Amino acid sequence: MKPLIELKDVWKTYYLGENVLNVLKGINVTIEKGEFVVIIGPSGSGKSTLMNQVGVLDIPTKGTIFLDGIDISTLKESELAQLRGKKIGFVFQQFNLIPTLTALENVILPSIFQNTPEVKRVARAKSLLTKVGLGDRMDHKPTELSGGQQQRVAIARALINDPEIILADEPTGNLDSKAGEQVMDMLAQLHTDEKKTIILVTHDTNLVDYSEKTIHIKDGVIESISGGKLAHKNNRR
Amino acid sequence: MVKDYFRLAYRGARQRKLRSWLTMIGIFVGIAAVVALISLSQGMQTAIAEQFVSLGSDKLVIQSAETGFGPPGTDVSNPLTSKDKNIIEKTNGVDTVVGRLIRSAKIEFNDEVKYDYIISMPNDGTSSEWDLAIEANDYEIEFGRMLKRTDKYKVIVGYNYYDNYFNKPVNVRDKITIFDNKFEVVGILKKSGNPIKDGSIILSESIFREIMDLNDEYDMVAVKVLVEGDLNLVAERIKKELRQQRNVDEGKEDFSVETPGQILETLNTILLIVQGVLIGIAGISLVVGGIGIMNTMYTAVTERTREIGIMKATGAQNNQILLLFLIESGFLGFFGGVIGVSLGFGISKLVEVIAFQVYGSYLIQANFNISLLLGTLLFAFLVGAASGVFPARQAAKLRPVDALRK
Repeated sequence: MKPLIELKDVWKTYYLGENVLNVLKGINVTIEKGEFVVIIGPSGSGKSTLMNQVGVLDIPTKGTIFLDGIDISTLKESELAQLRGKKIGFVFQQFNLIPTLTALENVILPSIFQNTPEVKRVARAKSLLTKVGLGDRMDHKPTELSGGQQQRVAIARALINDPEIILADEPTGNLDSKAGEQVMDMLAQLHTDEKKTIILVTHDTNLVDYSEKTIHIKDGVIESISGGKLAHKNNRR
Repeated sequence: MVKDYFRLAYRGARQRKLRSWLTMIGIFVGIAAVVALISLSQGMQTAIAEQFVSLGSDKLVIQSAETGFGPPGTDVSNPLTSKDKNIIEKTNGVDTVVGRLIRSAKIEFNDEVKYDYIISMPNDGTSSEWDLAIEANDYEIEFGRMLKRTDKYKVIVGYNYYDNYFNKPVNVRDKITIFDNKFEVVGILKKSGNPIKDGSIILSESIFREIMDLNDEYDMVAVKVLVEGDLNLVAERIKKELRQQRNVDEGKEDFSVETPGQILETLNTILLIVQGVLIGIAGISLVVGGIGIMNTMYTAVTERTREIGIMKATGAQNNQILLLFLIESGFLGFFGGVIGVSLGFGISKLVEVIAFQVYGSYLIQANFNISLLLGTLLFAFLVGAASGVFPARQAAKLRPVDALRK
């Protein structure tokens, strides 16, 4: 079976005047369908840049990324956008909700770009918000919600188009431990119950507990890939 | 689908309420000016055309030159006479000629005294002369009946007499006194909007001459030509004949021959030029308004870069972002247009009302034209959308990863 995501010798280089900055230096990695992958590394290691490549928010300078067997470099801008909308749900550290829209409208937003019929998407958004425990907060603006609640709205938004992959970039970074745990449990549940592929980017080693595969990245290269929950528990520093 | 974009765009505009309002002011001032000016000048064109249409394009008016200023019939050293009228009648191409008298008169009713015009009807001429007089002045009866050629001390009066001229309205069968002669009102004319016509009294020529003690002079001679297209040719012939009869050189005529069509054409041309200049000025203000929208939208794009990033990350395509921002800027234009159109019509209506109070006539009339309304709204939307093109393209082109970093 083809891997869901495959990165082959992916480089990302930034040219800052005279300076050439290699943020990713030849990344090779495969992620199977239904895996819970944690990409872990210190800040500046290139893990967010890696996530941007995997999430097709950015195009690598060199190398190839296959998503579901498709070389994404062959896709047009509009096709990339469609791919993001359909296959990937993002959860960000900053929540990234649109402040002028209510929780419900924020959740609905990605489905507007997929031309989902209104009745269908409203119903789905409502059920997702109920599922993340915000059934009574649907008409609240993000500013009227706590950090944990905002992140749960973001998770509901990530799920609206029923994507295969959830990409979470430091989802607990701005949350207290209790709210963080709630969010992580939700992701874990999506993985076990709905067989979603979860890719989590973090510097928090505690989150390795949740993973099936851990990718350690440092200075733009993969240091090690370790699999299995227990193995990582032993590796904890 | 597009409905959702409208909803999102509306949210975006409402979020920055003050700025959106200021931007819309920029547009609606221009739109209001355009609408007010066009509707007023259209109204004016209609009003002027109405004043002339009764004269028609087959008629000429000949007056003694000195009557150009001041009321007709005053200070005329060399008035037109029945001799002149006969000469005109014999001119080649002339169908019917009618001589008219127009004088200021002392008018009494119900112990009130006023001075206004009395106008003669040619009761001694042929019936076609009589009909021409009615036709040329577009006399239409509101109450009572039209004056007959056999009527002696009977008059028809302009609408103002019935309306508010005297303290008590003049009705059919009322008695009115002109230079101490009693006349019976047999008819009241329809309102014309022309204050002179609405304030005048019409009576038969023979009685007119009797009470005013006049001989064979005329204040005005109206001519109907045989063939409509010959109007200018006939006008030249009449000029020539009258120069001989009155013994004056070319260029020193003590009379004038006017074709109403020429006057109308000149007036319309002037109006068109005025309209053009005003629309030009309003157009400039619209361009300025459009630049205001552009500025607002550029700011919006910068401010909402992160939002754009979020939308892109969640699957928005470039053209969807483009459409969203175009609709938002079109929105600003459109609502600016709605306010501008209402304001513009309001202003023109106000001008109409004030003009009526001041001049007592409907000469300045606001013209409410549905195609003007819809055209303006569409135009405003397009100005808005066009102003949004560059900012929207900038928004659409942002790379999601860069937009999210803001």
